[in-house]
Amino acid sequence: MSQAPAAEAILVVDDIIKRFETPDGVLTAVDRVSFGVMPGEFVGVIGPSGCGKSTLFNVIGGLLDGYEGNVLVAGERVRGPHPAIGMIFQEESTFPWRNVLDNVAFPLEIAGIAKGERYDRARHFVRLVGLDGFERRYPAELSGGMRQRVSMARTLAAQPKILLMDEPFAALDEQTRLLLGDKVLQIQQELKQTTLLITHNITEAVQLSDRIVVMTYRPGRIKRMIDITLPRPRSSEIVSSEAFGRFVAQIWNDLREEATRGLAEQEHHLLEVPAR
Amino acid sequence: MRTAALAQARYAPAALGTLSIIVLIGLIELLIRIGMINRFIVPLPSQILAAFPQVIMEEDVLQRFLLTAAEAFSASILVTVFGVAGGVLLHRYRLLRLATETWVAAVAAAPLVLMYPLYLVIFGRSALTIVMMGFTAGLAPVILKTLEGLSGTRRVLINVGRSFNLTGSQQFWKILFPAALPTIFVGLRLGLIFALINIVGVEFLINFGGLGQLINELAERYDLPGTYAAICFVILVSVCVFVVMERLERWLRPAD
Repeated sequence: MSQAPAAEAILVVDDIIKRFETPDGVLTAVDRVSFGVMPGEFVGVIGPSGCGKSTLFNVIGGLLDGYEGNVLVAGERVRGPHPAIGMIFQEESTFPWRNVLDNVAFPLEIAGIAKGERYDRARHFVRLVGLDGFERRYPAELSGGMRQRVSMARTLAAQPKILLMDEPFAALDEQTRLLLGDKVLQIQQELKQTTLLITHNITEAVQLSDRIVVMTYRPGRIKRMIDITLPRPRSSEIVSSEAFGRFVAQIWNDLREEATRGLAEQEHHLLEVPAR
Repeated sequence: MRTAALAQARYAPAALGTLSIIVLIGLIELLIRIGMINRFIVPLPSQILAAFPQVIMEEDVLQRFLLTAAEAFSASILVTVFGVAGGVLLHRYRLLRLATETWVAAVAAAPLVLMYPLYLVIFGRSALTIVMMGFTAGLAPVILKTLEGLSGTRRVLINVGRSFNLTGSQQFWKILFPAALPTIFVGLRLGLIFALINIVGVEFLINFGGLGQLINELAERYDLPGTYAAICFVILVSVCVFVVMERLERWLRPAD
């Protein structure tokens, strides 16, 4: 079931279909997915492994071509990476040869901003993600969570209209993840940043989002959209509230069937591979 | 107290290294003196030490050292420029890579020093022959390692560049090249070792120029302490080349 994107949305994902050629035939990863993201809104996309979340991330970010449908940013149809969209990746993506400040200043350097000004602006975003004092450190000297915050500051320094995040905290432990969630909430509140978060983590999605798009297992379709009516400003303390628990339960109810189907299909596929 | 401990930690490896070399030299001296190593094949380290003034004063070693060093640096520059450029081309053009990568790998493993008669015919009995032999020997590993470094750049870093709408040139200079630098320097180290071995080897074989020729002459005279003293100067050239390389690497890769 796809839902019509709202007309005034800053980001519109309109009837996206993405198929891949595989040795087993054509695989539809994303099937007729449509939704819109309003300015300043935080939307989470959640689904089991193999539901096409990362494919959707790559399509919206312009890293993947050869799909049907449209991605519109402020009404403009985009193909390929768009300056209005800033991306934060699941994998560690800081530049190991640049220190924190130079990493964050990277998009400003590309934009040709003078050294003094770009460092001033980069320092602001370093402070925003809570890494002041670490400007001269290199990524190898930082923890995983700190490196992910450097990536976030680097993307925010480009001042994108839309922030697109693909499971940015997937590699972190649960406690760090919750605390970084607080940092994201704080930044989102300060910048009124329109954000689309791709995740498989229900707690993270409910903690951060205004609205959650629940996807089916392969082919990835929209199963349901849920408005998260938890009050803002939020912090990680909200995870212990009764209302939070209800949202988590509701989403898990939707996801359980999909996740079970996904697991069964993966196990079936493994059985077809001859044992060594 | 803490400062003393830090200073100790800083100088301990160098002190241990120096001490190990002194102990090894002492051990060799002892083994030769008690007859376990034939002194007509390996001279006493003390004799080698004593031969240094003679090699420096009578054999014009400074001039020869400078000639070999100049040949080594010339070959190093050629190897770096053409090797890195070759690796970039092979990375950029897939067809070229598929067509030539195996051949380049084969060249890297070939005993290229045997080609010196051909080079003598082409370039004459001159320093150019020696530089070109060094260049040829060092080229393949630099090409292969540059290609490996560029191809091994993590996909996510390339995607970061794409997400910031980098041009092809920016993608190369801001992401691919710095990401590949550690591997490129491995190639340069290998290439320069090959180049230096060939430079001294060809000087020895064609009896021309720098320290290789001096080693040849001293060996012909059966002046073993002098021969080994001259070999120490070859090691000094190698140290100079690698110090320059290390400085360059530190400048290009401050994170390490």
